[in-house]
Amino acid sequence: MSDTNDRAQAALEKAKKQGRLWYQIKKNRASYIMLAPYFILFFFFTVLPVLMAVGFSFTYYNMLEMPQFVGWKNYIKLFFEDDIFMKSLKNTLILAVVTGPVSYMLCLLFAWIINEFKGKTRAFLTLIFYAPSICGNAYVVWNLILTGDRYGYLNGILMKLGVLDEAVQWMQTEKYVLPVLIVVQLWLSLGTGFLSFIAGLQTVDKSMYEAAALDGVKNRWQELWYVTLPAMKPQLMFGAVMQITQAFAIADVSLQLAGNPSVNYAGATVVTHLLDYGTVRLEMGYASAIATVLFLLMVGSNQLVQKLLRRVGE
Amino acid sequence: MADKIKTKRKFRLFKHKEKKLNRSMAGNTLLFILMGLCGVAMAIPLVMVINNALKPLDELFQFPPKIFVRNPTLENFSDLFILMNDTWVPFSRYMLNTVIITGGGMVGHVIIASLAAYPLAKHNFPGKKILFQMVVLSMMFSWTVTQTPQYMIISWLGINNSYWALILPACAFGMGLYLMKQFMEQLPDSLMESARLDGAGEFRIFWSIVMPNVKPAWLTLAIFQFQQMWGNTGGTFIRDEQLKPLQYSLYQISAGGAARAGAGAAVTFIIAAVPITFFLICQSNVLETMTSSGMKD
Repeated sequence: MSDTNDRAQAALEKAKKQGRLWYQIKKNRASYIMLAPYFILFFFFTVLPVLMAVGFSFTYYNMLEMPQFVGWKNYIKLFFEDDIFMKSLKNTLILAVVTGPVSYMLCLLFAWIINEFKGKTRAFLTLIFYAPSICGNAYVVWNLILTGDRYGYLNGILMKLGVLDEAVQWMQTEKYVLPVLIVVQLWLSLGTGFLSFIAGLQTVDKSMYEAAALDGVKNRWQELWYVTLPAMKPQLMFGAVMQITQAFAIADVSLQLAGNPSVNYAGATVVTHLLDYGTVRLEMGYASAIATVLFLLMVGSNQLVQKLLRRVGE
Repeated sequence: MADKIKTKRKFRLFKHKEKKLNRSMAGNTLLFILMGLCGVAMAIPLVMVINNALKPLDELFQFPPKIFVRNPTLENFSDLFILMNDTWVPFSRYMLNTVIITGGGMVGHVIIASLAAYPLAKHNFPGKKILFQMVVLSMMFSWTVTQTPQYMIISWLGINNSYWALILPACAFGMGLYLMKQFMEQLPDSLMESARLDGAGEFRIFWSIVMPNVKPAWLTLAIFQFQQMWGNTGGTFIRDEQLKPLQYSLYQISAGGAARAGAGAAVTFIIAAVPITFFLICQSNVLETMTSSGMKD
């Protein structure tokens, strides 16, 4: 009895909803007008290219001839025949799982500390910590540090200290490649998320700290967890998405420091693999399939991270 | 009307207090030491760019390389200046192109993305969720493979080989909209509600209430976008030499091998110095807004 009642109720709701939809759209005319310029451009220059790329992933496409439909062939090859892809997927997961969360915490930590400073010091400190992202020569520095002979800074220092007897070819030794990439990536990663946290900390109401102090928040760590972080949840969400897109797309570091192909593919990542097919071998169909898999991977981890972030401050 | 809006903005004025609460001396010292150590590591590339630009040729080729310059000189810059005067297309033209492309891509994106972010953050209408999700997800698709389809679309639209080929796609980046929407979400609804009661239209609310209140956000977005556009060399989208940006010609100069190592170091300096200057202007403004509106100390 109650079952049919529920169903009738649901049908009624649905009819109401449909009737209301047009009315709602008309009522919110201003909203749609404001959305229009962005979303028209967004459709042409972002949505359409993405859809086309997903389409290409089901084709053989060498950028000279018309794409030929091949069904799931690219994906099958990717998962069952391409050993290098499997290796690069593993590397990417390691890099993402380590650098993603750590660099997120670092961004937050440094933004938070910098927020304690005032005026010019603050702007200057922000610049220093953002410098690797803005200077463009960051890799040159690391190449000097990691040079494989005894003139490399790292080798020089370690040999002087007596830790090493002879120079180590850092980027040509398989076991060092991933750890080095992780360090450099962390060093480089105070970028988008960091600056958005800096700006986000500005918008936290000062009065909330006073209220919290009265409520018995004792030290800065409690203040951070119970006041600051919940107040800047939107920025935390934003930072997390940026971190995911960065962590899964690590490629430049590897290309610049380990080269492509790196020694025994120790530094291969999904995106270096993708670049290899997309820009060197010009197999756009296969490259698109890699991009689609990477996309799904990022979407999945985004779901997970957003769920975790909802818990902040509880 | 304007008066009313002003009083409403005072809604966000909070007491101005200098003293920070809940701070222990030991904690402060620890944090400052940590900052100092990390700061040195982070500053290396910056220090290197400046020092290299001032190094005479023999020091640039010194092996093993030293970080600090011993005999600073401005020779590299005068070399670069001579090379600049030598280009086939006048250098001022490259600069004009860069101003148009960087300025257009930055201002266009900040305005268009903010305009779309406002209803997504504060209005309720059908399709809101799905539009926003699309923007967030779009950032996760690898840019390498969308480049080819994007090139096709730009050709179909017939804007290939013009400023538009660089400016319009830049206006459609997902990141800016996401950033703006997140900040606008934090504004209290009462702020807009009271302006609405005063008869302000949505565009007016957007421009004179929402945007001033999220100034830190759009200044930050401007930094990102400036950096992005400034680094653009025109790539495959612009073929005409007269339309190429400064970045392209600077790369051409520094690609001249060992003979141009000095000018190359100067180029690296300029390429970094311009966005850094822009960064400092924006960052100090982020702070100023806060002091003047009193939202934060």
